[in-house]
Amino acid sequence: MEELSEEMASAEAPAITYRRHLERGKLGYQRCAECSAAVFYPRVLCPLCGSGALEWRESAGRGTVYATTALHSRNRDPRNVVLVDLDEGFRMMSRVEGLPAGEVEIGARVRFEVRRGEEDEPVAVFVREEG
Amino acid sequence: MSARGKAAIVGAAESDLGAVGSGFTPLDLIGQATERVLTDAGLEKKDIDGLFSASVYYQMPTLVVGEYLGIRPRYSDATMMGGSSFVSHLLHAAAAIEAGLCEVALVAYASTQLSEGGFRGVSDPPNPFETPYRARYPVSMYALAASRHMYEYGTTREQLAEVAVAARQWAKLNPKAFMRDDLTVEDVLASRMISSPLSLLDCCLVTDGGGALLVTSSERAKDLRKPPVYLLGAGEAHWHRNISQMPDLTVTAAADSGRRAYEMAGVGPESVDVTMLYDAFTINPILFLEDLGFCEKGEGGTFVEGGRTAPGGELPVNTNGGGLSYNHPGMYGLLLLIEAVRQLRGECGERQVEGAEVALAHGNGGVLSSQVTAVLGTQSVL
Ligand SMILES: [Zn+2]
Repeated sequence: MEELSEEMASAEAPAITYRRHLERGKLGYQRCAECSAAVFYPRVLCPLCGSGALEWRESAGRGTVYATTALHSRNRDPRNVVLVDLDEGFRMMSRVEGLPAGEVEIGARVRFEVRRGEEDEPVAVFVREEG
Repeated sequence: MSARGKAAIVGAAESDLGAVGSGFTPLDLIGQATERVLTDAGLEKKDIDGLFSASVYYQMPTLVVGEYLGIRPRYSDATMMGGSSFVSHLLHAAAAIEAGLCEVALVAYASTQLSEGGFRGVSDPPNPFETPYRARYPVSMYALAASRHMYEYGTTREQLAEVAVAARQWAKLNPKAFMRDDLTVEDVLASRMISSPLSLLDCCLVTDGGGALLVTSSERAKDLRKPPVYLLGAGEAHWHRNISQMPDLTVTAAADSGRRAYEMAGVGPESVDVTMLYDAFTINPILFLEDLGFCEKGEGGTFVEGGRTAPGGELPVNTNGGGLSYNHPGMYGLLLLIEAVRQLRGECGERQVEGAEVALAHGNGGVLSSQVTAVLGTQSVL
């Protein structure tokens, strides 16, 4: 029983590891040691092959907008929500900052940055890649 | 073992619809629908021994529905996959009846969201990988899918609007429809933008409403009040829950659920007389027409042009007016089954599709997540 307790104490929840990456300005994702799949959101087994051998990696933070929507509200500028395909082969929800919500285009190249959320939590966002 | 033709829908009824007034609960509406469905079928409450329900109100829906109605089921199924749940319940009921676990199944659902003040959605815990971006659930998720379909296939907002206009034209033939005013493509395009490319009139209604179905064995169905509507085939599929996990935003799991339903039924889309497609948003029927084989992938936008799915068109789709114009009580899958049953019984009056023998009812749940397809038929195609 003591051994088991130690093992359990050493494990860190995937969402915590992800957040620690963000706190350091990094976009963490997982790579499956068995089947090489890029895995996101982070979890404890590979959704492709079922292996538990997931290794944390740091993304280069470069990707392409896969889908986009601009949310309209009555007394505010529209804001944007996107799905981004990262070059390492995983997809995530985010937003693109630095241009009007309706001008974010599918296919645009974007780069990862960290912003602070409503409760000062780190949030992964994207800005348009220059050039 | 195939469930083809083993079970039949012998009763179908709506509760009061629209805005029922404050104080009514979903259980009151389920009570209304249950009384009506028993009359429709010519059965008594004591005949019901299987109970199927799903809810965004009650964590234990079959328990509370059973208690309210005074039913003590020997088989109970509260499968919850959003709006598609009730099409799933139909398949599960057929399987349970075939296995001898129950004989007369009640499938029931209702919502009183409009009288309570507006849309009532699911309440999952926050998802740290989506919640921070404050997408509006569920419209933004469908908007993302629409954006991708437009990008890959050149689908236009005008084509999306055609879906809403066709629904409204059907609704004008349905006295129970919530919205029956004239509607044009221009009206849809001019309506307030919600989550681009979807504007207000690309979105389903927010109403009160509910309904009930009675399902029994084909053997027992023969002696009841109305002509049985047989379950010829059904299939389920889901590939994701969260939109960021959907593999390809232009292909839904209806490609799997439809194939399974057609295989069991022994028919294909060419045999379908009436098509009921869950239209939470205008992009949905376009995706489902493609994934269920009515047209090729990418051609759904072109397919719906020129009133092809409207009254008088070659493929009648959502003949009650759909979730867009008839009724959408939070989860709509039960109501599209009720319309399919009525079309096959020939009870639809002005909107009746002449000689309808095969109907397809397709339920969608979550954010294009759960897809459940049922193929129903009359005695003549059994
Ligand atoms: Zn793997």
